[in-house]
Parts: sequence; structure tokens; C-alpha cells
Amino acid sequence: MSTVERDEGTQTPDRFEDPGLPQHTPRRGDLDPKQNKKSERIVLALFALSSLGTVGFLVAYFALPTGGDATTIFRSNVSLGLGLAFALLGIGAAAIHWSKAIMNNHERVEARHPMASPPEVREAAVKNLTDGTEDSRISRRGLLKTALVGSVALFPLTILVPLVGEVGEDWNVGALKHTMWRKGLKLTVDPSGRPIKASDLQVGSVVHVIPEGLDEAEHPLDEKAKAVVLLVRLNPDDIRSEQGDGWSYEGIIAFSKICTHVGCPVALYEQQTHHLLCPCHQSTFDVADGARVVFGPARRPLPQLPIAVDDEGYLVAQDDFDQPIGASFWERLR
Amino acid sequence: MKSLAVRRHDRRAPLVLLALALALMGALYATAVAPSRADASPAQVGEEDVVAGGRLFEANCASCHGPQATGTDAAPSLVGVGAAAVDFQVGTGRMPMAASGPQAPVKPVQFDDEQIRRLAAFVASLGPGPSIPTAEQVDPALGDAANGMAIFRTNCAMCHNAVGAGGALSQGKFAPNLWESSPTHVFEAMLTGPQSMPVFGDPTITPEEKRDVIAFLERQGGQNPGGLDLGSLGPVSEGLWAWIVGLGACIAGAVWIGARSS
Repeated sequence: MSTVERDEGTQTPDRFEDPGLPQHTPRRGDLDPKQNKKSERIVLALFALSSLGTVGFLVAYFALPTGGDATTIFRSNVSLGLGLAFALLGIGAAAIHWSKAIMNNHERVEARHPMASPPEVREAAVKNLTDGTEDSRISRRGLLKTALVGSVALFPLTILVPLVGEVGEDWNVGALKHTMWRKGLKLTVDPSGRPIKASDLQVGSVVHVIPEGLDEAEHPLDEKAKAVVLLVRLNPDDIRSEQGDGWSYEGIIAFSKICTHVGCPVALYEQQTHHLLCPCHQSTFDVADGARVVFGPARRPLPQLPIAVDDEGYLVAQDDFDQPIGASFWERLR
Repeated sequence: MKSLAVRRHDRRAPLVLLALALALMGALYATAVAPSRADASPAQVGEEDVVAGGRLFEANCASCHGPQATGTDAAPSLVGVGAAAVDFQVGTGRMPMAASGPQAPVKPVQFDDEQIRRLAAFVASLGPGPSIPTAEQVDPALGDAANGMAIFRTNCAMCHNAVGAGGALSQGKFAPNLWESSPTHVFEAMLTGPQSMPVFGDPTITPEEKRDVIAFLERQGGQNPGGLDLGSLGPVSEGLWAWIVGLGACIAGAVWIGARSS
């Protein structure tokens, strides 16, 4: 035991002394046999609870079969779950209480051994390595060395190529820049596919729109994911700006439903404020002002679909969107 | 006995009594005043109804909506909103508003069915607008709940939640829970687009599709096969439960396992 020199009590000692184990304090059960008995009874009760849980589970399994309705399924789920919970928690809690309250609680110390191997073992290992290198003459056989490095470097391709190749069959990012919309394609109601007559729409109306003939497309869901549109009829005087001249029709205005942030369907429309909210991250777009972002993480307005009315009064697209819809991607740069 | 006597005078006793009394009052109120409207089919409207409705309007609505119901800075014009809008707004207690706020909440209904019918007759006489649906138009038994789900998922679920449990909008506005709404009021809300809600007129959702939506809603909010539904609100209430109750229980268990036995 080395004593530590201190001057004026401000310096910390070079070494702290091992304070040793705290004093062992006996539990009440170690001193009082009645307490010990009580702990035993608690453990017994926990095991009994576990057994009751198991029996309860089995009874519920046979006595409470599930029918076709939610009530019987609920009853069965809850009783099976409770039985299982009591069965397992009872065993676990009893085992822990047993070890804590009844088994001895003497503190033990286990010294930590040095991690390093003895010096002679280390020396032998290094000698083996140098001998092997010497024997292979790798430093003098350049071609062999190159072949070794090359084959090791090539091998990971057997993992990488299938991995990358199966990420997606379609590497054509151009598909992200176009949707089904084209000149003259009718706007129809999602999901029924009815065409929409402009004169039928009241001010304040909202229609969730899919392009006509979506079901006949080669990949209808892929096309729907890009082409869905939200159509709103505003009072024409309320429209402050739009993304192109003549892109709306008498207050009827259409925007892509795919959020420019990360692509959720933006569809919470507040009629009085003309605000369109994204449910995922609360990006808010002002429909009356060219879908300008008024709140949230989105950085671009929703692309506007230019619309017009055909000879029969149905709403049709003037063209595809003038920009890629949805979230940003590397090749989007424009 | 002494401990019992002491406990009888617990400081908290008045609070507990108050809570019990409030709960009792609430229960009585809910059973006594809960709307007992069975889809009142629109009766024939006479000239005297319009006149009587006009008098009710002057006494109760004109201060905000203007003497001619053409609207003021405080409230919109009612010309052309139709009888359906009146039946919805007044029949659910939303109108007359008790205080200005982000949106008019549901309150105890202020008028009886006869008065609502007259008010509706008066407003309908101001200009053509949607009328109150018939009992057959809103009968959930006649609707197709599966098609109703497809319609609801496309048009309604983003605000009202996938099962109609309601949800938050911006600036204190919210889309209400639809489980307790009467079929007539659900139909009228789609038809008229009250407050923040957009209009879902007949070209958007046909009357038959509206009835399908009502049939779908009729089956929501009941017994849940999976256990606690936590209000069917999705990640908000489920996350709260998992992080506070679930994680709390795990920490408490770990602390108990690690603690020395006394």
C-alpha cells in the first residue's frame, strides 16, 4: 500500500487505491427464518401463477373457439394472450426472486487476466509468419503476387453483380420524367373511371383523378403512381397565379398528387384556405397560388397539369406535365 | 377503527366525489340528450314553414349571416347552400356557433326537429341548393360496403383516417370522427362540404356511392379482433403506448432484476 503525497490538497493522486468490496450487509431473510420462509412462499406463489396461466391458456383454447365475428376473435386473443403472459412471466419472476432472495448473496471477485499471450507464444507466431513468407518467396515472384491480388479483388463481383442487377429490372430513369397524360386524354374519377363534365363541378369540389384507360395500361399501378391528379374547382377570382397561361378552366385547376418532397399522395384539402396538406411531413401547398409551398419540407410546387374542355364538355389534358412529378432524383437536374 | 376514521376524512375525498359527480352528470346527459333523430324524411314544405323559418333566422342567424342571408365579414352567404347544409350545420349543433374559433365544433343541438325543418325551408327558398336526402338514399343496408371502402380510401381517408376515426388538420382545425355521425349527416356533409371539407358533389361521388360509403362507415368503430385499438389513430397513440408504457415496463423490469434484495 503506497500512500499518496499531496501538497495543499489540490493535486489529484497519481494512483487511486483499490477501495475493495463494500461491506457485506445481510438480507432480512438471512437473519430472520420467518422472512426466508416468506420469500419461499412468494416464489411458490409465482410458480403457481405460471401454472394457472398455462391451465387458463389450455382452457381458453378449448372453451373459447373463434367464430367468424370480431367479438369471438377478440375474446380468444385476449384470453390466450393473458394465459401465455402469466405462464411465462410467472416462471421468469419466480426464478429471479429465487436467486435474489433465497440463494446466497455473497459478493465474489474475479480478477481480470492480462489479454496478451505470453511473449514466447507471440514470438513463435511471428516466426511462423516470416518463415511462411520466406518460403513462398512472394517478394521475388511478382507475377504470382499480381495474380493473387487480382483474383481476390475479382471475387466480390460474384456477390455485387447479382445484387445490383436484381435491384430493379428497369434502369430507364427516363420513365420517371413522363406520365400517361397526353393531349386530349380525358380526366376520370378515381376509382370508378367516369369522365368529368366541367359544368357539373361545384365551386369547392375536389375530385381525385386518374387518366382515362388506366386499367388497359401495361403496368396500371406504375402508371397510376405517377399520373394521379387532384382536381379542385375554386372561385376563378380566388386564383392568384398558376404555372402556365390558360392551364386551368373557369376555376378548375389540377395538380399532381405526388408530393415533391418524398412522394406521398398530397390530398388533405382545406376548402376555405385553399391549402393542400401532405399527410406524411405536413408540407402545405397553396392551390390558389400555383401550388406554392407555404409550409413544410417540400422545396418545389406540385407540378400543374394543363387542362381544357373537349367538344362534349368533358375535362381533358392539354399535355403531359411540363416537369417530372414527385420527389427529386439525381438525373432530374434541370 | 381509528385508521378507518382517518381515511374517511382524506383531503382528496372532495375531489373524488366531484369526479364521480361529473362522470354521473356526463352519463345522464349522454343518455338523455343524445340525438334521437331517425332519418327524418323531408316532409312537404309549405309557405308558412318558410315564413316561420325566416323569423327563426332573423332571431338566431341574421347577426352573422346578414339580414338577407347574403353573408357578412363574419360568416358566408347562405344563398344556394340548400336545405342539406342547414340540416347538417344546425342538426349537429355546429350552428349557431357559440364562439369564433378555427372551426365550429359539434355541440348539443339548439333547435328541435320542427325548427330545423323550418330553417332549412327558409334557406332553401333563397336559392336552389342540395336538399335533405331521403331515408332510402342513406340506408346503410342498401349500400355496398366493399365499394364504399374503395371510395372512402380514395376521397376521405387522408383526413378522416382509414377507418373514419378522424385526424388533425392545420391551425387547430381537425377532421372529426365519423363513427357516431348519423347517415343523413354524413351524406349531407359530402354533398355540401361544410367548413374546411371540400364538396363531393354527385359527379364526384354519385348518390349510390355515397350510400356505399355510409355502409362502410356503419361497420367501423366496433369490436376490434386485435385487442386494444387505442382509438384507431395509428402511429400517434400506438407510439405513445409503445414508448411510454412498453418501454417503461421494460426499464422497470430491468431495474428490479438488477436491484439488491433487501
